[in-house]
Amino acid sequence: MSGSVVYLILAINSVEVDWFRVYEGLERGWRFIQGFLTPDFSSRWQDIQIGLIESLTMTLTSTVAGVLVSVPIGIGAARNLAPAPVYMFCRSIITLSRSFQEIIIAILLVSMFGFGPFAGFLTLTFASIGFLSKLLAEDIEDCDSAQIDAIRASGARWWQVVNYAVQPQVMPRLIGLSLYRLDINFRESSVIGIVGAGGVGATLNTAIDRYEYDSAGAILIIIIAIVLVVEYSSSYIRRWVQ
Amino acid sequence: MLELKALSKTYKTGDRALSDISFSVPAGQVVGLIGPSGAGKSSLIRCINRLVEPTAGSVCLGETELTTLNGRALRQARRRIGMIFQEYALVERLTVMENVLSGRLSYVSSWRSFLRRFPQADIDQAFSLLNRVGLGDHCNKRADELSGGQRQRVGIARALEQNPELLLADEPTASLDPKTSRQIMRLIQSVCREMNLPAIINIHDVVLAQNFTDRIIGLRAGKVVFDGLPSTLSHEALTRIYGAEDWGQMQQANEPQDDDVLLDNTLNSSLNSSLDSSPMLVSS
Repeated sequence: MSGSVVYLILAINSVEVDWFRVYEGLERGWRFIQGFLTPDFSSRWQDIQIGLIESLTMTLTSTVAGVLVSVPIGIGAARNLAPAPVYMFCRSIITLSRSFQEIIIAILLVSMFGFGPFAGFLTLTFASIGFLSKLLAEDIEDCDSAQIDAIRASGARWWQVVNYAVQPQVMPRLIGLSLYRLDINFRESSVIGIVGAGGVGATLNTAIDRYEYDSAGAILIIIIAIVLVVEYSSSYIRRWVQ
Repeated sequence: MLELKALSKTYKTGDRALSDISFSVPAGQVVGLIGPSGAGKSSLIRCINRLVEPTAGSVCLGETELTTLNGRALRQARRRIGMIFQEYALVERLTVMENVLSGRLSYVSSWRSFLRRFPQADIDQAFSLLNRVGLGDHCNKRADELSGGQRQRVGIARALEQNPELLLADEPTASLDPKTSRQIMRLIQSVCREMNLPAIINIHDVVLAQNFTDRIIGLRAGKVVFDGLPSTLSHEALTRIYGAEDWGQMQQANEPQDDDVLLDNTLNSSLNSSLDSSPMLVSS
């Protein structure tokens, strides 16, 4: 106990705090806030527009691709539907996809496929697969087994069991999760732009590098607005699906 | 006709759920399977349609030995056995019609069932079964909009939609009120009479079992300890099945229902009158 206190004190002392840099940082922060309060949408509008369109395209395509790949993997990773080898295979894909943060995958894919939204699309698709398949698989495993038994007992084939007993039970949640992932993908698309994977993040990064805080403020406001719109519309759609 | 020979089931945990069960059920006979919780009633029923794999013994439905089947042959055998579940086990988010038609899944291709394009004959049969169980007006409702009794009627219609040769019912009345329970049991009994369908009904309520079945099989710790007519189920036999208890008291407690019981017996003797007098049985 006392050892860890000593360690904590030593550790804090080893962090070098350069008070001059803190002062400078605060000043930059203040300029940033000022820029945010006087956003400039017009002077870099061309760049912002291109970045936004890239981001939205990446978001939508990667979510759709992610859902399409996740459904079979999620079914394969559900213990109550898949035989053991398929289960192990699908679970390992999920683990692989979930073990890396989006930024790391983006760095890797940017170095493989070069700068631009294609790397971003692949990154977000890859990340979506881990997220959606895992949650879908868990949802399938939580299905009411009596309904599955009832359909199986009628002599239905495996596909028919999936279609009649499982799909109606998981569909609302799958739609909800996909919309949630759309939301996440949009936010991630602005982050991975910073490492060169295209989108509005790249525009934001450029604006900050050029000390154009008013343009950066404008980009942030647009990102917040889009996240809010996606958030509200997805909760509306989820209510409607129930 | 169903024949069980030396059927045994031991679970992986080592629990011996069934040991050496043998009996046969002739066409049209409604069997009530009673016994304490954990006696193996559910396991027995599920071993017949192989939702649970029996460890040893054989189950024959007509000429087919069910315990050795696999894949396609197993599916084709399962469709000859209709099953009614505790808590109904309807697919809640599908319509009543889709639930009933799911009894025909093994007869149509996956593609047709995916597009919900069932043959007209199947749809006609589903309509007439829904009318038979008194739910003719509810076919487009979602299953979770119905009351408990109505849901179990859909469950019965779904089982019958398979055109089964055997009906299995796993505690069909467990979550229903006493009146609805009697209506459901009466319905099962009367459709079995109409179609000369044998049935095994796994049930907790002894009085209900005595009123609506032709034969009682008592299970205790995975063994058959009673097999006989409902009227021969004595206090001594009940003690053998469930253990010691003041059984006279149970029957006294049911005495106020005696008129009802008498009424049931007369109704059961004639199917038509039973149809007329119970409002939910609309004859088709």
